[in-house]
Amino acid sequence: MAEVKLTDVRKSYGKVEVIKGVDIAINDGEFVVFVGPSGCGKSTLLRMIAGLEDITSGTLEIGGRLVNEVQPKDRGIAMVFQTYAIFPHMSVRENVAFGLTIAGMPKAEKERKVMEAARILQMEHLLDRRPSQLSGGQRQRVAIGRAIVRDPAVFLFDEPLSNLDAALRMDMRMEIGKLHQELGATMVYVTHDQVEAMTLADKIVVLKDGTVQQVGAPMDLYHKPANMFVAGFIGSPSMNFMDVQVVEARPGAVTVRAPGLDPVTLPIEEGGFAAHSTARLGIRPQYLEVYEDAAAGALHGEVALVERLGTETVVDVTLTRGGKVVAALAEDRPLQLGSQIALGFAPERAHLFAKT
Amino acid sequence: MAAVNPENRGLRLAVRYLVLILIAVIFLFPLVFMVVSSLKPDQQLLSDTSSLRAFLPVGDISLNNYADAFARAPVGLFIFNSVVVTGLTVLLALAICSLAAFSFVFLRWSGQGLVLAVILATLIIPFETIAIPLLLIVSRLPWIGIEGFEIGWLNTYRVQIIPWIADGLTIFLFVQYFKDLPRELVEAARVEGASWFQVYYRVIIPLSGPVLATAAILKFLIMYNQYLWPLIVVQQETYRPVMVGLGYYFQLNPAWGEIMAYLTVITLPVLAFYLVLQRAFIASIASTGVKG
Repeated sequence: MAEVKLTDVRKSYGKVEVIKGVDIAINDGEFVVFVGPSGCGKSTLLRMIAGLEDITSGTLEIGGRLVNEVQPKDRGIAMVFQTYAIFPHMSVRENVAFGLTIAGMPKAEKERKVMEAARILQMEHLLDRRPSQLSGGQRQRVAIGRAIVRDPAVFLFDEPLSNLDAALRMDMRMEIGKLHQELGATMVYVTHDQVEAMTLADKIVVLKDGTVQQVGAPMDLYHKPANMFVAGFIGSPSMNFMDVQVVEARPGAVTVRAPGLDPVTLPIEEGGFAAHSTARLGIRPQYLEVYEDAAAGALHGEVALVERLGTETVVDVTLTRGGKVVAALAEDRPLQLGSQIALGFAPERAHLFAKT
Repeated sequence: MAAVNPENRGLRLAVRYLVLILIAVIFLFPLVFMVVSSLKPDQQLLSDTSSLRAFLPVGDISLNNYADAFARAPVGLFIFNSVVVTGLTVLLALAICSLAAFSFVFLRWSGQGLVLAVILATLIIPFETIAIPLLLIVSRLPWIGIEGFEIGWLNTYRVQIIPWIADGLTIFLFVQYFKDLPRELVEAARVEGASWFQVYYRVIIPLSGPVLATAAILKFLIMYNQYLWPLIVVQQETYRPVMVGLGYYFQLNPAWGEIMAYLTVITLPVLAFYLVLQRAFIASIASTGVKG
């Protein structure tokens, strides 16, 4: 078990800086998820923790030990790759035991550890098979088994579920969650799938263009996003944004309006908004409600698309005054394409961001 | 997909087999001619060349040429020498060239791009241009063997083996193959605690069957067919390989029957070697075609 600490970590390929000064502290036993769009540097950061990429500047500590120049094998980590990276010429048993064989562990002890890992991952019956005889999910289990047997201080997962189909992905996600509870080890997990991030993480690190946008518990990120990027990235469907004019700014309350939006006073805690300036109003689709009396709505528009998912109905609305919003309405709603609709929201549910 | 007419299918198959048989015949005729001629006396052999009889075991057929060929020269010794030289060179070449390619593909060291470029550039140098400088070098090289310290490598096995171990083509074959192997396998092995050498022999080499077979066959053919180099560095019969041994039969009057018998005998190790590795060789040639 160990904590991981990154201090002003940077990575450059030639003149191109891909990781631009990252500070992250991961506590012992914590499940931390790096999330962000493609090319944000999350995998590079994970590979730097693993020792597969050099650190251009800054420090990386694992278990209180500076490991910038330490070889991957001496960092006390185990890694699970997106492509599984299990050795095709070895049986499952040999794959799982690979690290132990390299370390020269006695045969009996090795076998005991392999069986223990196989029990945890329910793959005792697969031990004598070759990787080519396994399904994607089984292969990923082998890769995780190979990581478990070495009792690493830190587990690193690089998009481990991306190559699996949707149903299997959910099963494996739950298994990884269970594994974390069972082992209590520090785990760092990279994904671009926010559902994985929200469900697995104790703490999420949102990255964009090699910088940390926000670090926090999943619900903190959802309810209190630090900026528009985090607000838009976390939550599905994405948050709706619209340009608004600040009418009045008082401590704890900002009144905004926009064409097609009646003036609304938001209970904003932080200041920083001046009267007559422009800002971006953010409302999650789940917090938009249909106002039955069309005249009473804050936003008026026409139904452009209806997606019925059973538990909720996702509606694309083209606003009368331009722009569009997405509303995720609870349960099934009898909405017609092209019909007029009025949407409203509780002011305390809305977010206001400075326009950049 | 359009339905295939069974008749058309049969015709297409027939044409395909006809073409394949024709190609096989073109490749097999020299071999058939060699084996058949080795059974005929010189006079009949030469007169048969003007007709199809050249490819048929007809007329005065016997194994006399084989007996004469073995009587004229130490054929067994020549084959033994060639097998030793070829076998050791192939084994050492596979080890050395794959290690070199491993360092080019998986390790990072300064100047590796330049060094690889220089190695590949040697592919365009014909051996004949470096034969004499190489001769001057090997004739002065020191050696410590069981007989103690000596200068000069001429008239030995090592002079036929060592200069031929590493070559650009074999290294290039390995480099290309290693580049196609998933890099994550190496990274996974590294994270699991494997040293670079353990990565090489526990992960990379077991996955390199096809390229090992290809490189082995190409190297085998080059080494077994060596002529110019052993001709200039080996003057003693003790270390003479098969191709140089062929000279014994080209005296004032070439003994064609004996030559054909000799060639038939020395072809056998090549066929045996190819048959052993043929599966892997075909797999490797095929795999280069289907990789996306």
